[in-house]
Amino acid sequence: MNDANTKRRGWSWWYLLFIIQCAVALWPPFYNRLEPTWLGMPFFYWFQLLWVLVGAGLTAIVYFATET
Amino acid sequence: MQEVNGPALIVFVALFGFITWLGFAAARWRKGDLDLLHEWGLGGRRFGTFVSWFLIGGDLYTAYTFVAVPALAFGAGAVAFFAVPYTIVIYPLLFLAFPRLWHVCHKHQYITAADFVRGRFGNRWLALAITITGLVATMPYIALQLVGIQVVVGALGISGSGGLSADLPLIIAFVILAAFTYSSGLRAPASIAIVKDVLIYITAFTAVIVIPYQLGGFDKIFAAVPPQKVLLAVPGANTTGAYGAYATLALGSAFALFLYPHSLTAILSANSGHAIRRNAAMLPAYSLMLGMLALLGFFAIAAGVGTAPEFAAGFKQFGNNFAVPALFLHSFPGWFVGLAFAAIGIGALVPAAIMSIAAANLYTRNIHREFINKNPTDKQEAQMAKWVSLIVKFGALVFIVFVPTKFAIDLQLLGGIWIIQTLPAVLLGVYTRWFNDWALLIGWAAGTIAGTAMAIASNLTPTFPLALAGFTFPGYTALYTLILNLVLAAVLTPVFNAWRKGAPFDATKHADYFA
Repeated sequence: MNDANTKRRGWSWWYLLFIIQCAVALWPPFYNRLEPTWLGMPFFYWFQLLWVLVGAGLTAIVYFATET
Repeated sequence: MQEVNGPALIVFVALFGFITWLGFAAARWRKGDLDLLHEWGLGGRRFGTFVSWFLIGGDLYTAYTFVAVPALAFGAGAVAFFAVPYTIVIYPLLFLAFPRLWHVCHKHQYITAADFVRGRFGNRWLALAITITGLVATMPYIALQLVGIQVVVGALGISGSGGLSADLPLIIAFVILAAFTYSSGLRAPASIAIVKDVLIYITAFTAVIVIPYQLGGFDKIFAAVPPQKVLLAVPGANTTGAYGAYATLALGSAFALFLYPHSLTAILSANSGHAIRRNAAMLPAYSLMLGMLALLGFFAIAAGVGTAPEFAAGFKQFGNNFAVPALFLHSFPGWFVGLAFAAIGIGALVPAAIMSIAAANLYTRNIHREFINKNPTDKQEAQMAKWVSLIVKFGALVFIVFVPTKFAIDLQLLGGIWIIQTLPAVLLGVYTRWFNDWALLIGWAAGTIAGTAMAIASNLTPTFPLALAGFTFPGYTALYTLILNLVLAAVLTPVFNAWRKGAPFDATKHADYFA
């Protein structure tokens, strides 16, 4: 068993990014509004769609940071 | 009764013909000995990042999802968008917990969650509870995939009038599905998933660009939606209202999703923990598409398909589930309608195949081998699974043809509440052996019984208005009963451990959970 595997056993501070990702997604008061609209789409919709992309980005960051 | 749409029908049938050929040809793909259960039922655990992406995506984002989520937006509005935070939250979970589960299952040749629980806790009754929960939760899910096919077949105008002939196209689709699953195992849905997902992506992106253009832009579309449907209702005093329901539905559904047997089958078929982690960053592409498809419900409102006379029969037969097919018929030329409907129809076959394989694996490994024939040969075991996959699909077909669709939908709702009760044993079991197996079993039973009772008390809707000290917390029943389950398991663990002599059983070692 090499070092990389041993490292992956424990906690990584990078995982905190997941908390941001989930907390925002699960807090409707934060995005349940009409303004600002984007291309005529209420904030509620475009923000959550955008957050999918942000979440994917954060997951990718955690992947590259923890995978050696 | 819809009129037959010629070009749509030709494209639809041609695409179905193609995937039928592909399903049978898949047996020769990355060839393995299909007389071994892990070859037939897990594709030999050989799928890399790319194929896993299609397979897991095709498995989790089912045809029924693509029909039902926009239908919910069409009928109920903003709440349907809970599917988006739901599919955001699942990926950290996939990233953190499931590579560990993959490693331990790979090491010990486990092919189901119940296999793992049996090995980890050494309690065949706890494993049986996990097995039965998995089987019971999967069956209505397969039946619902058939609803997806029924809706598009009805919209194509090729369902015959009355009696069994009305369901003939559905029966044909299912016979095809059963045959290629039997002969090719998991390789069939894996190869078909690639075709299906390409079709679904084409459909979703085209729809979300072309239809708003036809309707005069998003501002016009949202102006046509009744204002109370555009946003969640702001909660009143002393309640978390729609916010609580939205967030708990998203979180609870996320916890439940990867506990379904078909999710685990797709995950375990990956060739490494790396492939799973990479997919946690890549699978959100499907969430984005699902979110865009949810918007189709609003497009359907703005296009006025709900009141158009030519669609009245369809809405009468299928309810709001007809919103998306009607919108496509309204907005697209025939050949593209055929492509979009084929995407939905084939999109039903992929998860249905994986679900039936997952159910077959469960029965074969965790009921037949555990309780009936303890020492089957490899060939007997694989043959048993093939037969069970046929029986499961036939059962789903009979169910959907003879029982009102409402029952399948209600059962699928209950299935979510039931499957989440396996979380302490399976998901926490991946991290710790601290829980006592009997305490887990009692927690599971209490959660299942309480969840069923609460769901019935709230007229088979997913949320339960929990009242505490003058406050009301409407929330997803599955999540509330999971808390009950966890508390019971934690409190009873020291009690049961006091009786137990010696160290607890555990066939797995700490190092088994890593590369």
